Amino acid sequence: MRNLATLLFLGGLVFLLAAITGTLPFGHPPMLVGQAIQQAAKPEVGAANVVTAVVLGYRGLDTLGELAILFAAATAGGLVLGGVQAKGRNNALPAAGFVLRAGTDVLFPLLLIAGLYVVIHGHLTPGGGFQGGVILAAAFFLPLLARPSESLSHIWLSVIEGLAGTAFIALGLGALYNGDAFLTPLFDKGMFGELVSSGSLPLLYLAVGLKVGAELSSLLMRLAHDDGAAS
Amino acid sequence: MSTSVGLVFFIGAIGLCVIGITGIVLSRHLFRMVLALAIAEAGANLLLILAGYRWDAVAPIFTGTAGGQAMVDPVPQAMVLTAIVIGVGVQALALSLVIRIKERYGTLDMQEARQCMQDDLDDAGGVTPSRSRERPAGERPIPAPTVLNSTGGQHD
Repeated sequence: MRNLATLLFLGGLVFLLAAITGTLPFGHPPMLVGQAIQQAAKPEVGAANVVTAVVLGYRGLDTLGELAILFAAATAGGLVLGGVQAKGRNNALPAAGFVLRAGTDVLFPLLLIAGLYVVIHGHLTPGGGFQGGVILAAAFFLPLLARPSESLSHIWLSVIEGLAGTAFIALGLGALYNGDAFLTPLFDKGMFGELVSSGSLPLLYLAVGLKVGAELSSLLMRLAHDDGAAS
Repeated sequence: MSTSVGLVFFIGAIGLCVIGITGIVLSRHLFRMVLALAIAEAGANLLLILAGYRWDAVAPIFTGTAGGQAMVDPVPQAMVLTAIVIGVGVQALALSLVIRIKERYGTLDMQEARQCMQDDLDDAGGVTPSRSRERPAGERPIPAPTVLNSTGGQHD
């Protein structure tokens, strides 16, 4: 009975989605917002990467909401797994094999540089705070895999995360002080395509990158410690 | 030709969504449900990206050389960009819950875990078995284990 109902529901869903997508001419999107943004982004925001202009310039408030969702997920994950942390420390796992340890030592600085590059060049090239933040989290998670007994300080991660979130909101409030809407890009737009350009967008993306990196690495760390405690 | 290629893309995205939702609804294993959630998410992201795709268009980034060339729609890409990272966070939360359930009840089967949770809730709420609809009142009319053993001994 349940399977039948599920199949009926899925059939309806497929029909609905197919009907919607069937009316769309593939390759010729009917949305005019994207084209308007492409026209307006260069003079208005000054970011070479139009996606960044959308994420931080036109939809900055949405991005703040998405950061809040990520923060809620990370906090809830910490809440669910929190109690095990002390237990996981005590029965320290042995260090990983030579290959993983040596590979971690080689990869850690490279991942750090790549992550920071992706974060800082978010307004010029593909990338940005979210992607770079994930790379940073991976960089800080690798040593944890190689040497499970050592770990990052949760307090420092929380401090970085909180400061980054505060900086994001403070940049938004600065625009209010100037008389603009919340999260309007501040400062001079500068030379188009330069590293220091498009106002406060690089700073916003740096805040996003640090916040995402700190949140994800603390989540991964809790998962890893919990795994060590459970096994 | 272009429409058939688009059809393939759309069918792939819708198929991923449907596979994921099927897994979430029909699977009884909690970890498989998390994986199915990830698959459904990938399908939804792919649908969004496809909605903004244009033929003969470049990525929505101004470069020095390509001036005035058509670009794909940046708005769905911006949405998917954040949705992917949030998806990772949500999956981590789901996995941490799964880890907790496995630790507490020793099972990842949803029916068993639900039964255990119901028992826990009944105990915490002080619902005695006699007042619970799920469990019978009083002793069941089956022989106690000792009686079973003794009869087994007789058969031997």
